[in-house]
Amino acid sequence: MNAIDARFRLDWPGFTLDVDLALPGRGVTALFGHSGSGKTTLLRCIAGLEKASRGRLSFKGNIWQDEQTWLPPHQRPIGYVFQEASLFPHLTILGNLQFGMKRSATAQRVGLEQAIELLGIGHLLARKPDTLSGGERQRVGIARALAVGPEILLMDEPLAALDLKRKQEILPYLERLHDELAIPVIYVSHSPDEVARLADHIVAMEGGKVLANGPLGDTLARLDLPIRLGEDAGVVIEATVAERDPQWHLVRVDFPGGHLWVRDNDMPLDHRARVRILARDVSLSHNKGEDTSILNALPARVSEIAEDTHPALALVRLDVGNTPLIARVTKRSASQLGIRPGMELWAHIKAVALIG
Amino acid sequence: MLLSDSDLQAIWLTVRLASIVTFILLLIGTPIAWWLARAKTWLKGPIGAVVALPLVLPPSVLGFYLLLAMGPHGPVGQLTQALGLGRLPFTFWGLVVASVFYSLPFMVQPLQTAFEGIGERPLEVAATLRASPLDAFFTVAVPLALPGFLTASILTFAHTVGEFGVVLMIGGNLPGVTRVASVQIYDHVEALEYAQAHRLSAVMLVFSFLVLLALYAWRPGAKKGA
Repeated sequence: MNAIDARFRLDWPGFTLDVDLALPGRGVTALFGHSGSGKTTLLRCIAGLEKASRGRLSFKGNIWQDEQTWLPPHQRPIGYVFQEASLFPHLTILGNLQFGMKRSATAQRVGLEQAIELLGIGHLLARKPDTLSGGERQRVGIARALAVGPEILLMDEPLAALDLKRKQEILPYLERLHDELAIPVIYVSHSPDEVARLADHIVAMEGGKVLANGPLGDTLARLDLPIRLGEDAGVVIEATVAERDPQWHLVRVDFPGGHLWVRDNDMPLDHRARVRILARDVSLSHNKGEDTSILNALPARVSEIAEDTHPALALVRLDVGNTPLIARVTKRSASQLGIRPGMELWAHIKAVALIG
Repeated sequence: MLLSDSDLQAIWLTVRLASIVTFILLLIGTPIAWWLARAKTWLKGPIGAVVALPLVLPPSVLGFYLLLAMGPHGPVGQLTQALGLGRLPFTFWGLVVASVFYSLPFMVQPLQTAFEGIGERPLEVAATLRASPLDAFFTVAVPLALPGFLTASILTFAHTVGEFGVVLMIGGNLPGVTRVASVQIYDHVEALEYAQAHRLSAVMLVFSFLVLLALYAWRPGAKKGA
């Protein structure tokens, strides 16, 4: 079900946003693109912080903007997380959390307590924002947006202003949001890693236009995705933890079409997990290769071959059962192996990242 | 007694005038400063210039035009007469009106700077947290601009205390009505009462220094950020 219908046309000197989108009413939708692609502007248009000269926006059947209607941002049932936490410096953490809650008809006490618990900020409530670390501030920013009891959560690169260590600190909380939140989330990011971990649905943007819009797995596996991901090209597979091998500290994860052995990171059995496989970590062979150190070899069928960013390289799309995979190989190897669509071969997977 | 009764009367009148003017300018200057800080139209330039005019205009020029406007044939004079308030020149309230114009930039400019310093972001945050623009103004913008309000009020008060030219043009020199401290000093000097002039001048000097000391040495919220 499409909950959000958004059509915007906005002309600025040197930049035009021109989108027509239908977005799902559940899960995390990533607005993905390089800086200047218009993803933040699109998010701000949805929030009503930016007013597109021409636009139509409806959320679950309610019109937020059209020719006659303009719902100001404070009347939209949104939660918004800014890139910098932007906490009110004159209020305590609790004061910040209560600011929106007090003004929202849909907020509930439980919502505040849940948000505090979910983001792990219970010990910070009495403090002032300037005594918090960047990561703590952003957690408060997210909790503050949740405490109003929003019907949709809009997040504008909540990790971009943080260093790697702080990112690692917050990502688990975002993954919890992804798992536990019943409302749809729109998440702006330029990081393929964050998108792979958090998104269910992806909207790729460039130059103020939408290039691709679809479920994460299918969209990442598209070779014609006009955004050049370069080193980050790859797929994300939804899998289930199926077997634990305590002797070698490995777990087996099953996905439609096969299984992989990956490092055990203490996920419980039957846990739904995401596996990210980068194209550069997949090599192709006619043999299963029993005599290599590579742990995972999957039987695959070539479905498509396309240019990569460098003229020496090609991207090969494979089907492992119903699950797509992308391999990056040199064109010379592709030629020597005689790779062509329909061909059956083995995909050797050098590295697998178990995420989420 | 160091100061004569008429000196004390002049000081009291000065304090009363400066307090009333500061209060009125807080009410008038705040929306003007808010608009100037956030407006994006071409009107911002001309209006900003008009607000700043008293900074550079000789007080006599300002006083002259105000006198004309408030006089029996001026638009303000006709209005006050029609309302049964009589004429403003050479009254205390005439002085208040003139001082409001004269001190306007000292209220508006620090407030404008303070509002500009806050930026759009906190107000956007407030909007996404369900605060209407008016709500956000009082619960976010005003608290964040509090140091600016203090600076603006102190400057406006002090500047009104120090005015002379406009007072002479509009208020004249009526004891207890328009004879403020600066005029009283002028009177003392005219009458060659140098001792009295000295004492009152010293009071003004110390007062002005203390006000500026408060402003420069104790900067409220100066170290606060983020």
